[in-house]
Amino acid sequence: MQMRLRVWRQKNRDTQGSLVDYAVDDVSSEMSFLEMLDVLNERLAGEGDDPIAFDHDCREGICGTCSLMINGQAHGPNRATTTCQLHMRSFEDGDTIRIEPWRAAAFPVLKDLVVDRAPLDAIVQAGGYISVNTGSAPDANLIPIGKPVADRAMDAAACIGCGACVAQCPNGAGQLFTAAKVSQLALLPQGKPERTKRVRSMVATMEDYFGSCSNFGECEAVCPKEISLDFIAVMNREYVRAALVSDPGD
Amino acid sequence: MTLDAKIPAAPLAEMWTQHKFDLKLVNPANKRRFEIIVVGSGLAGASASSTMAELGYNVKCFCYQDSARRAHSISAQGGINAAKNYQNDGDSVFRLFYDTVKGGDFRSREGNVHRLAEVSVNIMDQCVAQGVPFAREYGGHLSNRSFGGAQVSRTFYARGQTGQQLLLGAYQALQRQIALGKVEMFPRTEMLEVVVEDGRARGIITRDMVTGEIASHSADAVVLATGGYVNVFFLSTNAKGCNTTAIWRAHRKGAFFANPCYTQIHPTCIPVSGEYQSKLTLMSESLRNDGRIWVPAKPGDDRPPSEIPEDERDYYLERKYPAFGNLVPRDIASRAAKEVCDAGHGVAHAGLGVYLDFEDAIGRLGRDTIEDRYGNLFEMYERITGDDPYEVPMKIYPAPHYSMGGLWVDYNLMSNLPGLFVIGEANFSDHGANRLGASALMQGLADGYFVLPYTIGDYLARHMGEEPLPTDHEAFREAESGVQARIEKLLSNDGSRTPESFHRELGRLAWDHCGMSRTREGLLEALAKLPELKERFWREIKVVGDGAELNQSLEVAGRVADFLELAELMCRDALEREESCGTHFRTEYQSAEGEALRNDEQFTYVAAWEWAGEGEEPRLHKEQLEFENVELSQRSYK
Ligand code: FES
Repeated sequence: MQMRLRVWRQKNRDTQGSLVDYAVDDVSSEMSFLEMLDVLNERLAGEGDDPIAFDHDCREGICGTCSLMINGQAHGPNRATTTCQLHMRSFEDGDTIRIEPWRAAAFPVLKDLVVDRAPLDAIVQAGGYISVNTGSAPDANLIPIGKPVADRAMDAAACIGCGACVAQCPNGAGQLFTAAKVSQLALLPQGKPERTKRVRSMVATMEDYFGSCSNFGECEAVCPKEISLDFIAVMNREYVRAALVSDPGD
Repeated sequence: MTLDAKIPAAPLAEMWTQHKFDLKLVNPANKRRFEIIVVGSGLAGASASSTMAELGYNVKCFCYQDSARRAHSISAQGGINAAKNYQNDGDSVFRLFYDTVKGGDFRSREGNVHRLAEVSVNIMDQCVAQGVPFAREYGGHLSNRSFGGAQVSRTFYARGQTGQQLLLGAYQALQRQIALGKVEMFPRTEMLEVVVEDGRARGIITRDMVTGEIASHSADAVVLATGGYVNVFFLSTNAKGCNTTAIWRAHRKGAFFANPCYTQIHPTCIPVSGEYQSKLTLMSESLRNDGRIWVPAKPGDDRPPSEIPEDERDYYLERKYPAFGNLVPRDIASRAAKEVCDAGHGVAHAGLGVYLDFEDAIGRLGRDTIEDRYGNLFEMYERITGDDPYEVPMKIYPAPHYSMGGLWVDYNLMSNLPGLFVIGEANFSDHGANRLGASALMQGLADGYFVLPYTIGDYLARHMGEEPLPTDHEAFREAESGVQARIEKLLSNDGSRTPESFHRELGRLAWDHCGMSRTREGLLEALAKLPELKERFWREIKVVGDGAELNQSLEVAGRVADFLELAELMCRDALEREESCGTHFRTEYQSAEGEALRNDEQFTYVAAWEWAGEGEEPRLHKEQLEFENVELSQRSYK
């Protein structure tokens, strides 16, 4: 296959970027999308041109490092698929593909397609944990947790923190990411003691960095792990509940 | 020089308890006077950083990823072992210990492995308390499965994402300490040198991967938790960024490298599909519980699998190992696949693949049951290959997955360089010549949560009152300029080949001669070719761009340069070990039935290699392994 690529090139955080056209021949349908970029980069480097910088690591859909807006869609056209798991058989010979970095005010571009996603860590630092020091835990089977609850918590915990939800949202909101962690911990009995303080603090930090949620639902549609919008409702309930209790230790 | 592993003189079951009592303590008020550097934020690094910060130490944690949450531990699928015996099926600390020593083909230390089995139960408690959503039964209790051929059900899991959930638990504990100001985190930062002064580790040199800034960091102790090195083979199941640089740099500064030739090849990965292939994807080995492995009985038979009748198929594992069949341990399954492919029976690209067929299982159990058990794995397979495993058999082939070898450490997890600790996959300590399934997560967390936080105190207590070396000290300045010079050299070389192309070439060489099976001639050939490849690398390398910016080619180039040197040591170690044990299979040493043949008389030791300088032969030190609690036996899975 032959592909035409329009790729966002930007030297660093402080310079303007622009789309640059490339042609890649000899693309095999078995290749992954990132392998196609590897092939292009090898060619560019061989010619003494700066290869295109993009984030990637595990290349198996779990670490959340890869990103890319592909023809305007976070992680490309396929449902429940990260960019690193997208293969060229999803495209047609001769297609033109536009490749851009995550677009969000909270994620400045560092170079080409690489962005800074540090605000996601900041949200977790604000309370996305259970305060238990090593060594102070009771026996693992002491607190039974019903299977439906455990399964639901796992559904929320499956988030890989890639930031696609933010990138796709017209407002650049961080609701789905935040809600997934708030919900996981609020659902489990271990997380209950800190639930009030947690949701207040995480939401406040989220609002410091990200836009507001208008229920567009585009986040859910592009989430490679299919995190459900329902968790945003869970978070909202947690938040309302937190506003009603006076003792944050409750 | 004799290596002192500092195994406590106490009966096996009391060793760790006794040792904890004997270790010197640092009192709480003094802990905050100490600075500790941790390189790596995977299971071992994140758990160690958070736990030491909870104790009061000041921690600086470094990772090359953009967030600590992305470390490669996240990719582990299967589960984590713990000797809880919740299933009442006869498990115990001693049984987990025994299985691990035997699975490692009697090439690990009894003391370390027993401690690992002991603390495995605490790990589960800790992780559940953190909110890790493990699989549960309807009654609300934790669910277990049997894994990797174990005869008891001791593996805990969170769907097929156990590594992810455990890592996020440790990551969250780490974020909590960052918020409390006890850990300072340095993402997108690579460690490029360890600073050794007067024989002790005193700090590290790093490069900021966004700005290119080279910086010195001084501390009272340095902990390397930087994972394994099977990316030496280029194609592996490791994340693309996994590299050997931290431990290799430490090795060049005097830390001994132990058993580098022990690398695990995982039997169930998706085969290579073409020359552009950038990495290999693991399919959980739980698939072998219901899938049947076969190849066409006739070499070169290229009919589609559905047209090959039953009697023209060779279910070679069931044929060779009637007792264990498709469930033989990883090393045996991998070698058997290589054997049939080498004999021309292989399927998939270049004949490097075998079928993993679910037709019988679907017939027996129904599609729904199979979907329930493996649905997400089947989906992942289809996403990558475009084939539907409900309709056509999967194709699989072995791929490099884990390195049992690593930096030598004593019972305290300290290398032979005082002040340099090594934890998780980066050390060599617990898995011998072969690692059992669901044991990597266990070891990473054991080291980080429950071992290092105790043992490091003993070292620090002995250096109470000493100041960390100032970063303007000669030793730091020298190390920094060494790092600068190397980067300069890579950037200014007027060559024409990319770092990636050298990595591929190295990977092929290492795989061909030091991969799934090894021969004396092959290793000698590799040892002749590697110095020449290294020389060509430094002559022909071309790195585009400059050092003061985000430069991914420069990152790769530095890593490949270190892999090139490591590959040589792996081959030397494999050559010197004239026996077959676990994953190390020397074709000269096999039984009449083609099984690995150990030589306990001569090789019951840890091979710890000392860097002797550029172009010099490394020096071998041997740590004899003593077995007092288990009897050395020949593994048999017939
Ligand atoms: S590179 Fe890890 S999820 Fe894509």
